[in-house]
Amino acid sequence: MNLMRVDRPGILSVLQDGGRYGYQRFGVPVNGAMDEWSCRLANVLVGNAADSAALEITLNGPTVRFAHDTLIAVTGADIAVTAAGVPLPTHCAVMVRHDVPIAFGHCRRGARAYLAVRGGFAPDAVLGSRSTNLRAAFGGVEGRALRAGDRVAVASPYREMLPLARMMVQSVMASVAAARPAGANGPETGNAIRFLPGPQWERFEPTARKAFETETFTVSSQSDRMGYRLEGPALALSSPLEMVSEAVSFGTVQVPPGGAPIVLMADRQSVGGYPKIAYVISADLPSLAQAMPGTALRFQAVTAETAQRELLAMEDRLDTIAAEAARLLGLPSQ
Amino acid sequence: MAIARPDAGLLALTDWRIEPVGDRCLQIRLGDQVSVSVSQTVHAVTEWLLRQRWDGVRDVVPAFTTVAVHFRPERFARDKGPAFAQLSARIRDVLVEGVPAVVHAGCEVEVPACYGGEYGPDLEEVARACDIDTAEVIRLHCATPLVLYTFFFSPGNPFAGPLHPRLNVPRRATPRTLVPAGSVAIANGISSIYQNASPGGWNVIARTPWNLFHVDRNPPTRLQLGDRLRFVPISPAEFDAMLESRP
Repeated sequence: MNLMRVDRPGILSVLQDGGRYGYQRFGVPVNGAMDEWSCRLANVLVGNAADSAALEITLNGPTVRFAHDTLIAVTGADIAVTAAGVPLPTHCAVMVRHDVPIAFGHCRRGARAYLAVRGGFAPDAVLGSRSTNLRAAFGGVEGRALRAGDRVAVASPYREMLPLARMMVQSVMASVAAARPAGANGPETGNAIRFLPGPQWERFEPTARKAFETETFTVSSQSDRMGYRLEGPALALSSPLEMVSEAVSFGTVQVPPGGAPIVLMADRQSVGGYPKIAYVISADLPSLAQAMPGTALRFQAVTAETAQRELLAMEDRLDTIAAEAARLLGLPSQ
Repeated sequence: MAIARPDAGLLALTDWRIEPVGDRCLQIRLGDQVSVSVSQTVHAVTEWLLRQRWDGVRDVVPAFTTVAVHFRPERFARDKGPAFAQLSARIRDVLVEGVPAVVHAGCEVEVPACYGGEYGPDLEEVARACDIDTAEVIRLHCATPLVLYTFFFSPGNPFAGPLHPRLNVPRRATPRTLVPAGSVAIANGISSIYQNASPGGWNVIARTPWNLFHVDRNPPTRLQLGDRLRFVPISPAEFDAMLESRP
């Protein structure tokens, strides 16, 4: 079986997949990739199912090497990555030679990059998923971030010999890249984050609602995979509200009594008890997930129709890229 | 809300509504106040929806008065309107006839808990807020079995009630940045146990030595929805002797 060896772990490199759905009724958080678009894109670029496990690299990346010649793709944040010191292209499939150090630098723009490998990372799934639950310490690689010396299983497709692999055998280069399919980019950043008004929207002061739509909010340094805390004008309720805890989802914007909103992210809990002023639309969560602490954000209200249209458009883009990637790799079309 | 019982095995639902939770989730509201009877309806609807095994639905999650259904809009027909509307219609179709009542065997479980001091740093403040002494807080917390309504916050983390009315305190004004694993906490008529160390806003009155979650077990939780929890005071020495590892 193919293996990824970790020479240097980076700040926070964790395995994540499409998420641990199906266990929230036992209080198990979903986890999964913060930037779902980039994680899924990396997977389809190497011909994997979109929800396969990939490595989520935060701010400063690792150095790894593979036991076999391996097809990889790096997506998401703008990050320098080299094979044996030679820069690699990102957002496309690249065959890298076995035992060559693949070194990631700092994220220059965006907060998270994703490394997918052909076949997918394959430590044993826990409760149906390979996503890492850092807080409860299970899933991924022993429920924790990568450490130097780790060996992570990679599932190689049986007896596969891709055209890129043949080129690698005939070449002396450390890597051979495939073409980049059209539209294979990281999420757009800098635009307003679009939201649906939440169930308690009307319970907030008119000034708070106006502030949420028009003012700038800064991603606090206390933000993590569980939630983004936002600094900006305090958002006050018209009158105090003690709520029965109920469902929250990826992108739910809760406002605790202090008035500073929190956007619930990948490691959120399944249920929450604070007033919900908004839901960030799913299509804009990847952009939000790429916002580093200190990033200034603006929010813009949209309708449920827009949210659904944008989500489906994103799915369609991914399907188109997946088909093109498979064609470029010489994989049978699905 | 009113729950009629047309025949022995079926719960007829008379007052419920479906609300969106963002663009990939909805929830069915089955009541406005936390109660044992609303919770039983929540559990019955959860069981019934799980049994449907609908394509495009990836999670069914009960809370106190609501059941959330997480879905993938891309798995719904493009030409039949929004996924939210399609799923809502499906849910209406299966709920309108009533759902099989879940008969909770109602295991009564005695949960050991060491009260006060470092194990329950908010015990004295709770006693002051309730205008009773700490011994009375402990007595009332242990006096009646608490029905396990829902799990959330962390894996296997139970929320149970109703607490004795004398113990009705709100959440702390300022959440703690770190609450130790096993902490037994109360707020708004409900008791919870922090399965993992984490930030938290509830009033911590005790700590249990029990581990409540194992990924290798099926189901992975030590306690089950509908169980009746009876807390039993233990000493710090007993706590140490009973302390379980959290794998």
